[in-house]
Parts: sequence; C-alpha cells; structure tokens
Amino acid sequence: MMQVQKPRLILENGLRTDGRRPDEMRPIKIELGVLKNADGSAIFEMGNTKVLAAVYGPKEMHPRHLALPDRASLRVRYHMTPFSTDERKNPAPSRREIELSKVIREALESTVLTELFPRTVIDVFMEVLQADAGTRLVSLMAASMALADAGIPLRDLIAGVAVGKADGIIVLDLNEPEDMWGEADMPVAMLPSLGQVALLQLNGDMTPEEFRKGLELAQKGINIIYNLQKDALRKKYAEYKEE
Amino acid sequence: MSVTPSNQNIVPFVKKENILAALDRGVRIDGRKLNEYRKLSITLGYAKKAEGSALVKLGDTTVLAGVKLEEEEPFPDTPNQGNLVVNVELLPLAYETFEPGPPDENAIELARVVDRSLRDSKAVDLSKLVIIPGKKIWTAWVDVYVLNYDGNILDACTLASVAALYNTKLPKIEVEGENVRIIREEKTDIIPINYPVVTVTAAKIGNHIIVDPNIDEESIADVKLSISYTRDGRIVGMQKNFSGSLALQDVDMMENISRSAAQYLFEELKKYLNL
Repeated sequence: MMQVQKPRLILENGLRTDGRRPDEMRPIKIELGVLKNADGSAIFEMGNTKVLAAVYGPKEMHPRHLALPDRASLRVRYHMTPFSTDERKNPAPSRREIELSKVIREALESTVLTELFPRTVIDVFMEVLQADAGTRLVSLMAASMALADAGIPLRDLIAGVAVGKADGIIVLDLNEPEDMWGEADMPVAMLPSLGQVALLQLNGDMTPEEFRKGLELAQKGINIIYNLQKDALRKKYAEYKEE
Repeated sequence: MSVTPSNQNIVPFVKKENILAALDRGVRIDGRKLNEYRKLSITLGYAKKAEGSALVKLGDTTVLAGVKLEEEEPFPDTPNQGNLVVNVELLPLAYETFEPGPPDENAIELARVVDRSLRDSKAVDLSKLVIIPGKKIWTAWVDVYVLNYDGNILDACTLASVAALYNTKLPKIEVEGENVRIIREEKTDIIPINYPVVTVTAAKIGNHIIVDPNIDEESIADVKLSISYTRDGRIVGMQKNFSGSLALQDVDMMENISRSAAQYLFEELKKYLNL
C-alpha cells in the first residue's frame, strides 16, 4: 500500500525545500497584451505557476434581464487546463473551480468601477497553464493586469500572495510541498495603495497571533509585487512595438 | 462561470437608512447590540432514519443536517482514513430567490467552507471511520439542508454539521478472520467527531461591524468575514465574502469580535451536546 510520508518543509539550514528563506517570494514575470482578440490580456508567472487572463468588455449583457440597472456585471471564470497539473485534470469545472471563480469575482468587484458602465457585462477569463501552488492569487493578479490592459477604470491593481505555516514557521508565498503538507495556507489579496483587503481565505490551523503575523508578512510581499505590476504597466507604453 | 447576481434580495432604501441610523446609535433593528449573537436552538435526532441529525435554528434561519454512513473502499494513498463529504442545499422552499437545481456557487462555497473547518481543525476523526485498514472504511455524508433563510447560513451550517456528527454513533462491527459483519441496528459508543468547531460571521455595513447578520443586514452589507474556531481559540478557517473590501484594522476588529462570539457558541453547544 502506497502511503506518502510528510517531508521536512524547513531544512536544517533554515531554508525551504526550494532554497528560499521563509520571507522570500518566488520570481515574478508579467506580460501584458499577449492576445490579439481580447480587449485586455496578461500572462502572470510566479515561480512555476503560470496563468493567462483575458478581458472582453464592457459590452451589452445578454440575456437582458440579467443586466444590472446601476452597474456592470462581472462574468468570471477560473479554469485549470488539463495539462496544468501532474496528473491530468478533468476539464469539466470542479467544485473547487466554481468556488474560486466566485471568490475571484468578488475580489475583482472590489476594484472595478462597475458603476461607470450600467447595464453592461465585463467578461474575465483565466486559464491556469501551469499549477504549482498559488494559482488563485496568480489568476486574480493576471485578471487585474488584464483589466488594466483593457483600460477599464479600477480603484487599484490587485496584488496578492499566500502566507502559511510550514513546520511551525510562518512562510511567504507557499510552494507545492508547503501547500500540501503545511499546517496552514492563507491567501491574501489587497488593493495596495488603498490598504484594503480584497480576498482573504484561510485553511489549516493558526493561532490569532500567527494570523496577525502572517497578515503582516503578506503585506510586505504585496508591496513588492505591486511595484512589479506598475513597472509592467509602464513598460508596455514605454516600449515601441512594430505591428 | 461566476456572474454578479441579479436576483439579490432588495432592501427598501428607507429600511436601509433605518438600519444605518440605528447602528449609529449602537443598536440593531432587531434590538441586538452590535456584537450580540442571535438566540440558538438545537434539536438532536430530528431525522430518525439518519445515523445522526440536528435541526439548528439561529433566529429564523433554520437548517437541518443529516449524517449517513456508507461502506466504501479507502483511497489508495490513505488506507487508514475514512472519508468525509459535506454537501449544502439551498432549498427553494427556504427563500423566494433560491431556485431548484444542482447546488449553485453559493451552496458549493458554503459546503466547502464547512468541510474545510471540520477537516483542518482535525475535529472529525477520519481514523475512527476505518472498518478494516486498507480494505473497508466509512464515508460520512453530511448533508445540510437550509429550510428557512434569515441571514448567516454559514454559521448555522457549521453548527448543524457539528451537532449532527455528535449525534452520530457508528454501527457495531463483528470481524471473523477475513469477514466483517456490520450490524446497523446495533450502535457502538464511537462518534466520528473529537471536539466542536464553530464558524462566526461578522459583517461590515457602512462603518459598522456587526456579528451574526440577519437577512436585512446581510442584504445591505458591503463585506463579510467568516472565521472558524476551535475551543482553544485556534483559527481553523476563514473566508471573506461579498464585493466590498476590508481595511486591515477591520480584519483585526472582526477577528476579535468573532473570537468572543465563538465562546458564546461553545457555551451553547455545551448545553445541547453534553460536552
């Protein structure tokens, strides 16, 4: 009978299984305007996690009776490609993907100025191309960059990072073994310049003190990511591209 | 795909103004204080055919949870663990805007948050649900049916699931060599849960933070934060809800207010479950 043992997550030298310090994030890469047809698009990479997001709209809502009289609706889909995981993932939407689509929609609604486009719909689609922990936040960040790329008015960009507990130590930006075997996983996403939390979940087990310490650590990571996001946006307009 | 809901409960503007004006004075329209939880009642064994069941009333929010046990083969990677499945149904008879059909994103989210609270807290003891290691285990199906909606379904769903699991006794098993005989009519004293877990939801309306929102408060709330606790004050789950956002000091305040409300819920559970 195959029984997998929990590996050590924090090694003798105090580093993590991938060689990072507890408060160190994975490398980030952001690319904007990657799809021709979409009004806005982005690829967001964090370590080996890679997500493609595209935005269409605002456009007329069909069927009409679903349109909101005072603001735009958001139609959001988080989806994992079958080849994004070690074992093939069935492409039919799982309960997890349905929950995450909702959680991401609600987070995006906290930043999109929907009241500027009543009776319309904005479509946001995310495809996880490589899943290696942190897909919901990378998807959310890819979506927020794609919305900015589409020129849709936002209160702020969304930056997010997971904090967790591995072998009793609070760590930033969980990797896959920490996600699987760690004691806690807390994804946090914020509107950084407004200091507002847009997404907050926790599964696992933390004391209230650890929770507050984790929240503080997440904020540190979020500020670093926020600067990279702004750089990526600026770079798009600084660069001359031959069409 | 998740779409901004168009069938949300509409609260008249006048009522909204009333709720906000009352909150400014430090009271709520149902007479509660901002940090006051509603009255709770639990009826154990409400559905007799289930292995365990509980009817929970939180104000007029009513949910019924039933536990059924099924014999199954364990997953190959967890031969010494049983299985837990939580499902929540938002019945059309519970509220005007609830529609028949398979669980929607709200029901799925509720079920998954309850499931995570029970699992991550290690409250449900999956090792107790083993019949023969590697061969036969119990799957505990926890089905939570929402019968009447009056706000804060999540807290009621966790309470009902915990109470129903406390009401569950595993059937008697006789092992003779390779053969097992399961005698469903006779019960052992083994229950599949080690200790209680509660979920407490706080909501932000305007600048006010309240605990256990009723239906009207929930309908005008900008944002909700639900936190699950064990009796020793560990946080074993958290979920932010709705389209609003929270300042960090709001999160801090909600955690404090929820942690003290959790103590109230544990006191109540003690009365009903003989803990």
